[in-house]
Amino acid sequence: MAKILLKKQLSKDVFMMNLYAPLIAEERSAGQFIILQVDEDYGERIPLTIADANIEDGSITIIFQVVGKSTLQLSKMNEGDDIPALVGPLGRPTHVENFGTVVCVGGGIGVAPMHPIAQALKAAGNNVIIIIGARNKDLIILEEEMKAIADELIICTDDGSYGRKALVTQPLKEICERSPKPNMVIAIGPPIMMKFCSETTRPYEVFTQVSLNTIMVDGTGMCGGCRVNVGKEVKFVCVDGPEFDGHKVDFDNMMTRLNSYKSIERESHNCYLQSEIEAKEMK
Amino acid sequence: MHHDTPEQLQEKARQLVAEYVSKVDDLKPKERTKIPSQDMPAQDPEVRVHNLDEVALGYTFEQAQVEAIRCLQCVKKTCVEDCPVRIDIPGFINHIAHGNLDQAAGVIKEASLLPAICGRVCPQETQCQQNCAVGKALKDVEKSVAIGRLERFVADWERKTGKISIPEVKPATGKKVAVVGSGPAGLVVAADCRREGHHVTIFEAFHKLGGVLRYGIPEFRLPNDIIDKEIQTLTAMGVEFKTNFVVGKTRKLKDLMEKDGYDAVFIGVGAGLPIFMGIEGENLVGVFSANEYLTRANLMRAFDKGHADTPIYQSRKVAVLGGGNVAMDSARMAKRLGAENVYVVYRRTEVEMPARKEEVEHAKEEGIEFLFLQNAKRILGSEDGRVKAMECVRFELGEPDASGRRRPIQVLDSEFMLDVDTVIVAIGNGSNPLLTQSTPGINLNKWGNITVDENQKTSMDRVFAGGDIVLGAATVILAMGEGRRAAAAINKMLAEEIEKEKTVIN
Ligand SMILES: Cc1cc2nc3c(=O)[nH]c(=O)nc-3n(C[C@H](O)[C@H](O)[C@H](O)COP(=O)(O)OP(=O)(O)OC[C@H]3O[C@@H](n4cnc5c(N)ncnc54)[C@H](O)[C@@H]3O)c2cc1C
Ligand code: SF4
Repeated sequence: MAKILLKKQLSKDVFMMNLYAPLIAEERSAGQFIILQVDEDYGERIPLTIADANIEDGSITIIFQVVGKSTLQLSKMNEGDDIPALVGPLGRPTHVENFGTVVCVGGGIGVAPMHPIAQALKAAGNNVIIIIGARNKDLIILEEEMKAIADELIICTDDGSYGRKALVTQPLKEICERSPKPNMVIAIGPPIMMKFCSETTRPYEVFTQVSLNTIMVDGTGMCGGCRVNVGKEVKFVCVDGPEFDGHKVDFDNMMTRLNSYKSIERESHNCYLQSEIEAKEMK
Repeated sequence: MHHDTPEQLQEKARQLVAEYVSKVDDLKPKERTKIPSQDMPAQDPEVRVHNLDEVALGYTFEQAQVEAIRCLQCVKKTCVEDCPVRIDIPGFINHIAHGNLDQAAGVIKEASLLPAICGRVCPQETQCQQNCAVGKALKDVEKSVAIGRLERFVADWERKTGKISIPEVKPATGKKVAVVGSGPAGLVVAADCRREGHHVTIFEAFHKLGGVLRYGIPEFRLPNDIIDKEIQTLTAMGVEFKTNFVVGKTRKLKDLMEKDGYDAVFIGVGAGLPIFMGIEGENLVGVFSANEYLTRANLMRAFDKGHADTPIYQSRKVAVLGGGNVAMDSARMAKRLGAENVYVVYRRTEVEMPARKEEVEHAKEEGIEFLFLQNAKRILGSEDGRVKAMECVRFELGEPDASGRRRPIQVLDSEFMLDVDTVIVAIGNGSNPLLTQSTPGINLNKWGNITVDENQKTSMDRVFAGGDIVLGAATVILAMGEGRRAAAAINKMLAEEIEKEKTVIN
């Protein structure tokens, strides 16, 4: 059980919560995730990256976007409520050392998991360039936090409503062309963005790490639902990852697998919305 | 296959009881072996494929008594020799024959802590019932005394009549035992160590307790109520539970001992990473490990489509790869979730299948189709990346190998297509890496299983292990047996320490 200490809406569909989880706050490192459930009997297990943690008050921060029934339910919970099941920290921590110059590319909600990684890389002495991308101005999150870390911050929106009107791959390409080229790139965001970031850096031979958000049930290596092709090997995101060499990940297969339940989930989501509407009408 | 209805079985049993019960102690072996063995009453196959209720309904008292009277009360007890935890089988059976169920329960409990579970899931035909004198006399293992069903009967009777007693707990010793994993191995260690008065905490990664008993073995074979009851007993004994706690991640094993003051640790984390075939198409949408499929259905309750948020794949034609209990459970679950055709594809023949015999019979009755001497070669996908067919190849049995088993050999050019939209891979598990990855200093074998000595002690001081993490994928009873041994060693170690501390104080 984990109490919601703080809840903030960051943009239309994006929420931030601080949860009381002292053991996880103490053990976690950048790059790791938790799994939570809003209902212990029937709820889905939702994997979410730990965006921040505070050992003093024993809290961890999660940031999530409402994408289906479970995240919608989570978004309706309030400060003081208890999340019935929360487990973590899972996954392997990001490998952090002084690489030199590192480019951190965060797309949409991917900026949230990027935050602790950028923080750790900065603390390790790297020159940190951060690129934040979103569809429009309203969907930009954590700008201030990232500004505080970045040696250079670039913001792009698809529609040009804020920062550069560009996809994140454009500034990324420009940075790769600089001399000296960056030592490493980390990209976190929608699979399609991670795929194109990897394609962008490939010709420049800049090592590119991506953080995958596959389907998971247990998150402890038991189900294998999160398996991805990495090079010639099959890897389990929950125990071998979540971070992998973007030049080796088979993104197309991963994206197909992510859609396994699309039609079914939408049904569950719609049913839920429908019953919400009915409930409101009855009042 | 014709089966009597539960009512017919009961009627026959009533007549047999009337005939034999007065001379229960005076029957000659010949007379006993003539008494017909009692079939297990079961839900009608046509009905049960649409529900998740338990398939085997359990003996009535009369059936149990008749079956018990069949036992010869042998002097050389082959059944006991073949029982991994050495239950005094003729002892408890004799009590049933005399109608003393209380005493029967007492005898079983001396050796086994989870009889309602073992009575249901043990592979009796390769254990206690394999060399039973009655089966030998009748030259048919299936005619052996139905020891498992009797064990289940007694345990169910005890539970239903509210007679389960809470084992006595000795005064607090001040020692703390951490049990990692709440599968059968862990539950047994918790009970045995708690009885000695030690403080016991079970740490479980999942939000629910029971390990494979909960998330793997389906409700229709092992109802959740039974597991709940066992857990309630442990709670009543004062065992502490911490769910959603992954030892090695939420807290390091070392910290449990050094910072949290646990004096001993038992690791019962079970098997881990599912093994896949390594064939083409295995990452297509619609290919699952049995673990994932069963976990979605059982633990996350996806069978309850009206309530559950966790989706399950809608399948029409399902191929299950493998021949063990896990394969049977997956196949039968798929049927219950609405699949029209379910195939079990197995490389060898029925005789070699490691699954419990009763489950295979039940699966057949439910319309599961078995494709023996066949195996998957590759899985084909449609344009949108979903499974659309599986290419199989046929085998034939060749010369016996070193183990005496005839090896399956691939038949040349025997490939054919199976029209399926789902493939469930149930060919086994590797070892669970979560705890061992973060616990340097614990010795593993080349498969990643923890190595232990004859007392289940690992290479680490005060750390013991047992169950599937030691044995590889094994059975409930073997996991329990290892748990018992480990608990005995832990209790002995702690008792010696307490003794030493006393002498120091004096
Ligand atoms: C579908 C299926 C059907 C089966 N049918 C039969 C059968 O009919 N008869 C039979 O005898 N056997 C059967 N088995 C095998 C049997 O269930 C296992 O051998 C037995 O459960 C092993 O017990 P265990 O205590 O070692 O581990 P498990 O039951 O696997 O329990 C281990 C527990 O530890 C938890 N855990 C793992 N890592 C950690 C960690 N780091 N921290 C905290 N907790 C952790 C897990 O979540 C799990 O709950 C079946 C198995 C399956 C999968
Ligand atoms: S071997 Fe069979 S007949 Fe002999 S004591 Fe055991 S159960 Fe009874």
